[in-house]
Amino acid sequence: MELRKNYFADQRKDDLHEIGQPRPRSDSPGHVTGKTAYFADRNFPGMLHLKMVRSPHHHARIRSIDTSEAEKHPGVVKVLTAKDVPHNVYTILILIQIGPEDETVLADGKVRWKGEAVVAVLAETERAAQEAAAKVKVDYEVLPAVFDMEEALKPGAPLVNEYHGQNYYLYDSGECRKVRFGDVEAGFAGADHILEQTYQSSPIEHAPAETTGCVVAPEGNDRFTCYTNTQAMFFTLDNASIILQMPGSKLHFVGGTVGGGFGGKVDVIVEPIAILGAKLTGRPVSFIYSREEEMQISSPRAAEKVVIKDGFMKDGRIVARKVTGYTDAGAYSRHSPYGAQKGAGHYPGPYTIPNVWIDTYCVYTNRTPSSAMRGFGVTIGDFALEVQMDKLARLIGMDPLEFRFINAYRDGDMKAHRQPTEGAALIECMQEASRAANWPVAEKYLSMSSYTKGA
Amino acid sequence: MAKVPVQFTLNGAEKAEFIDSGTTLLNTLRDKIGDTSPKGGCHQGTCGACSVIINGELRLSCLTLAETCNGAAITTTSGLSEGGVLHPLQRAFLDAFATQCGFCTPGMIMAAKVLLDQTPNPSREDVVEALSGNICRCTGYEPIIQAVLTAARSNSQNAA
Repeated sequence: MELRKNYFADQRKDDLHEIGQPRPRSDSPGHVTGKTAYFADRNFPGMLHLKMVRSPHHHARIRSIDTSEAEKHPGVVKVLTAKDVPHNVYTILILIQIGPEDETVLADGKVRWKGEAVVAVLAETERAAQEAAAKVKVDYEVLPAVFDMEEALKPGAPLVNEYHGQNYYLYDSGECRKVRFGDVEAGFAGADHILEQTYQSSPIEHAPAETTGCVVAPEGNDRFTCYTNTQAMFFTLDNASIILQMPGSKLHFVGGTVGGGFGGKVDVIVEPIAILGAKLTGRPVSFIYSREEEMQISSPRAAEKVVIKDGFMKDGRIVARKVTGYTDAGAYSRHSPYGAQKGAGHYPGPYTIPNVWIDTYCVYTNRTPSSAMRGFGVTIGDFALEVQMDKLARLIGMDPLEFRFINAYRDGDMKAHRQPTEGAALIECMQEASRAANWPVAEKYLSMSSYTKGA
Repeated sequence: MAKVPVQFTLNGAEKAEFIDSGTTLLNTLRDKIGDTSPKGGCHQGTCGACSVIINGELRLSCLTLAETCNGAAITTTSGLSEGGVLHPLQRAFLDAFATQCGFCTPGMIMAAKVLLDQTPNPSREDVVEALSGNICRCTGYEPIIQAVLTAARSNSQNAA
């Protein structure tokens, strides 16, 4: 591939000599020889296996839990319920002051999604843990559940999560994250055309080759070493410290080697309960998701719904954009309030639009809690925005790439969320894409620049 | 639970273990013998990460009971390099950037080795077919296919 190094050459001191030069990956020799140590490659004498009893219902009150038969099962060493967890109600983003704490490590009185962890069983073998887990008796009173975001937002919908008190995340801006820029109604009034479209996506599972898990070894000095495949080492350490009410100095996290993550391993799910098991039994503990758990239990990318209304002119200029975005957090927040907020900033796309109105809702439903995945909060939005851009161009008979040149943001343009544009390179990327894809555009677009409003 | 004796060679070395009846070869290799190069990605025979070579044939060690392997010759990826020198397949995977997270890599190399042992000059279609039981979720299939083809070429050059 030809590399063009002339773009923005005046902004650089180096000659980009590294670009296009292969460099060996430092981790590859371990991978090809099978020597790379993933967390599950750690094995300790006397290691216990942890299996979860999970909710078979989407929404239910727990009347009672009977673990007596499970405790008698041969090989069972410990059975844990909510009362064993020092700080059972937590939320991951509390570390950056995004609350309230809204999720239980082990269900306490209620389950809010099908698959929620209720009881943890620790046994000498995986099989004994599995068999004993099947003997735990939980008496449920099934409650009405809600699976659709717009249904969840209607008055009278079943309340998913009492820690929020309503089925949406309450931002400091209210029921949704809001961006207001210019006068969107005046923009629509003056537009030659208006197009409103709705885009929807389903949850997406990351399905990493290596399932989520950890191995915890007690160190004898009241410290615990946790071998984990988390993608968020310090987030996990700090949240484990809160949940276990244990100073971080007692926790030694070893990780960084992840058998595929894609965002699916940033939640704090397996480590705290495995450390607690190791603390209460004095034995090493292994808690590894089965493939079924990875597919059904681990957080997927959120389902999203995006409604985009654009006002635009015959000459190709978009003059007004109104977006309502919905992010399905499932039953708990995890990273979704952040994802929905990112969407609010992102929906104008890399385009300069003078009048913008954006509302993004983070909605609670009785679905599997969603969380991070590769650009969450903006990826589905980008799909929607770029399909919308193609539709707008088609409506006025304009080439879709030229349509994007007309609307592309450039240095100095004020974005809707009040960040002035700096270091824009969209025009140059599109110029290069036009050449590489042999998709010709008019000469005036090839002489445009992100630097100025020229051309 | 009564233990069952199993005996086989692993990468040329004799191994003998007492295991619980019903233990998979994957768990025996990893937990008893300490060869963690086969990986447990699904434990249900769908991902290929646990692939090993038994008597020259590609096998899923998560679906193979260890007690059926008595007297067998078993090869894993950890046994491929000799005297610190990488096997041509390992070299090719390294050079072709055919690893990302690395979790599928040992299984991929096993599948590729059986292919090249049986078909020294494979077509691209042969390679794709041979790797079709191995899932790479970082979706780096193209460099993996190229690595196997490169290893095949370097093998035939060495033989010539």
